[in-house]
Amino acid sequence: MSRNWAFFSNYLIYSAMAVYTLSFFAHAVETAWAVRVTTEESKQVLDYKRTEKVARIATAMMILGFILLVAGVIARGVSAGRVPWGNMYEFSITGAMAFSGAYLVALRKYDLRWLGLLVSIAVLLTLGTAVAVLYRPSAPLVPALKSTWLIIHVSAAIISGGVFLLANTIAAAYLYLDAMEAKGERTAWAKRLPSLEVLDQLSYRLVAFVFPLWTFAVIAGAIWAESAWGRYWGWDPKETWAFITWVAYAAYLHARVTVGWRGRKAAWLCLFAGSTFLFNYVYVNIWGTGKHTYSGL
Amino acid sequence: MSQEIELPEIGSVGLLRYGWRQLTSMRTALILLLLLGLAAIPGSIIPQRTQNPMKVSEYFKNSPDLSKWMDKFSLFDVYGSPWFSAIYILLFISLIGCVLPRTFEHFHAARALPPLTPKNLDRMESYSSWEAQGHELDKARTWLKAKRFRVVEKDGAISAEKGYMRETGNLLFHLALILVLLGISFSSLFGMRGEAILNVGERFVNTPTSYDSLQYGKLYKEGNLQSFTITIDKFVAKYNVETNAPEDYTLDVSFAHDDLTKFTKQVIKVNSPLTVGNTKIYLQANGYSPVVTVRDSRGNVAMQGPVPFLPQDANLRSIGAIKVPDAEPQIGFVGSFVPTYARSNGNGAISVFPEALDPRLLLSAWIGDLGLDSGVPQSVYRIDTSKMKTVGLKSLKPGETFTYPQGSITFEGYQQWVNLQIVDDPGKNFALLGGIVAILGLLASLFTRRRRIWIRVGDRVEVAALAKNAAPGLEVEMSEFVAILKGEK
Repeated sequence: MSRNWAFFSNYLIYSAMAVYTLSFFAHAVETAWAVRVTTEESKQVLDYKRTEKVARIATAMMILGFILLVAGVIARGVSAGRVPWGNMYEFSITGAMAFSGAYLVALRKYDLRWLGLLVSIAVLLTLGTAVAVLYRPSAPLVPALKSTWLIIHVSAAIISGGVFLLANTIAAAYLYLDAMEAKGERTAWAKRLPSLEVLDQLSYRLVAFVFPLWTFAVIAGAIWAESAWGRYWGWDPKETWAFITWVAYAAYLHARVTVGWRGRKAAWLCLFAGSTFLFNYVYVNIWGTGKHTYSGL
Repeated sequence: MSQEIELPEIGSVGLLRYGWRQLTSMRTALILLLLLGLAAIPGSIIPQRTQNPMKVSEYFKNSPDLSKWMDKFSLFDVYGSPWFSAIYILLFISLIGCVLPRTFEHFHAARALPPLTPKNLDRMESYSSWEAQGHELDKARTWLKAKRFRVVEKDGAISAEKGYMRETGNLLFHLALILVLLGISFSSLFGMRGEAILNVGERFVNTPTSYDSLQYGKLYKEGNLQSFTITIDKFVAKYNVETNAPEDYTLDVSFAHDDLTKFTKQVIKVNSPLTVGNTKIYLQANGYSPVVTVRDSRGNVAMQGPVPFLPQDANLRSIGAIKVPDAEPQIGFVGSFVPTYARSNGNGAISVFPEALDPRLLLSAWIGDLGLDSGVPQSVYRIDTSKMKTVGLKSLKPGETFTYPQGSITFEGYQQWVNLQIVDDPGKNFALLGGIVAILGLLASLFTRRRRIWIRVGDRVEVAALAKNAAPGLEVEMSEFVAILKGEK
């Protein structure tokens, strides 16, 4: 029974990957086909009205992929009889889900379709790594993870991570566009990007929106650590890096709100803060020592 | 001839004042915050004594010179090091110096009324003006008050302000961080934390001598130890038969306060410690204790009982040492216990499952000087065999006996041991309260927009608004306001 659910989950994840691949191609086609050569000056211009249909397909594929991914994550949870957050394979598929979910939510409010190309490839890479390298058979939780706090702490951390990385992607797009502007020549994709100012504001808003949630994730982790390990803070490598991420984003928010950093400097700081999160996820989970070694590798 | 440059005298008071201002500036606080983040990094990469003392000694063994040098900079003790403490104490002071004055300032500002309407409204953001139709001022007052703006009215003009919560939240957040730090310091001064390894069946009385390791805060009084007694009745570990991973640990204990005739049954699990007043008792680790009987050559019992062995891998292959210092000459056994025995190519005996399905005890016996009187502290799990010679090697099943010229050892069976951690952490509730207030303050400060709206009514109606920190949403609010005033809504 549980094994069937695990197979079912795997099929759903593979299907999601196929659909995300289609979404990626649709996004790529949208960007490429928008290039039009005008007859008079034989100059390239972009006309996104021509590719509106493809763009809609791309987003629709992204939504379908997301639904499949959600189903895959849920089936994985059902197969193990618990929330699907017991090892790194499960963290990764849930993280990819949070990342593309954050994109789709943000898409309702802002014109972010240009970002779809990056989001779909990032989700594909994450799922690919998860399936190829991190996969572990579905199994029950170790005793330390058997707690309601698993749901609270890990869900808050995963959602925060998804939004942080989205903000990071936008900050990276800012720096890319900034470099393009300095050269004076824009690639087809760069022409699709909104203005520098919009990118700058967007990544700030995402961080400001999710920073309290990250603070909550850290505090919830501390409460859980108190009941599982007898101390709420022990400078375990994972805790240390969660703290470093918190400090880095706190510095980012301060730099913007009180010192008035904008643009390039702020984008670099945002990238730095996001990379501390990634480092925590990859390095500490796989090579780190300490109590948060649940990667199952 | 020397030319002296005359500097204005600032004196020691001036210097102090200058230093204080530098320390409590926002820029310094920010730099200290970033420094704290940076300073935390080495401790996550280099093994730390508080978390992994074995790894630290390994480090010392592998590169003694480098380690000695690193130790001088407290790199194996980062979070208790002088330089780490220096950074967070400075940050703490800087935070207080930065936040307290702002709190008083804000307290006054929050009770003050918004400044009067400026003369030239057309210089402001989102300015608009049109022919007065009448009653605009009344409509404006009603609308602004309904939206909970603070309102000042003078000479046919209204000045309104909203969003004080932004600064209130901001200050609350920072004050809460101070509370968290206070909670942590309180715990380290008045708290205690100790560990004890107990075999199933043993009894623990909460006195300092019962502990294997015990740390007090500087201001902790020994008499503050809660008086209680715990008997370890039963320990059950369940493992997954496919992955060998643990699924559940359950510890049954009998617990009594002062009165030893009134024991109650209690259950301790990994995520549910036993709480006694301010003290909590946690189940932290477990392992196997082989039960052995050591006899001398005449058959007299020299030592008998369970000896805790230290687990080495997920299948609980455990190592340990059985020391018989009272024998003449001294005898020691370097042992390895495998709960479910299997042979591996090259590695000798291994364990293939953490439950004791087919236990074996592998022993090498040593005769000579155990070195216990040398004054150098020794691990209970290891033997210094430098002054000993080996007399034999044997693998035993339960019930079997290994006989060597000087005596014999019988592997009677095994017992399980648990490691109890006993903690009194009086500051944690302050830290938790600080954490909760910090989040609330953060939400208030990040999601509140502070803005002013003005209206002046003469022949024409003039409205204008200004948002602090260029907060978004002002345009929408102003168009609604204008629509109300014009009677379009």
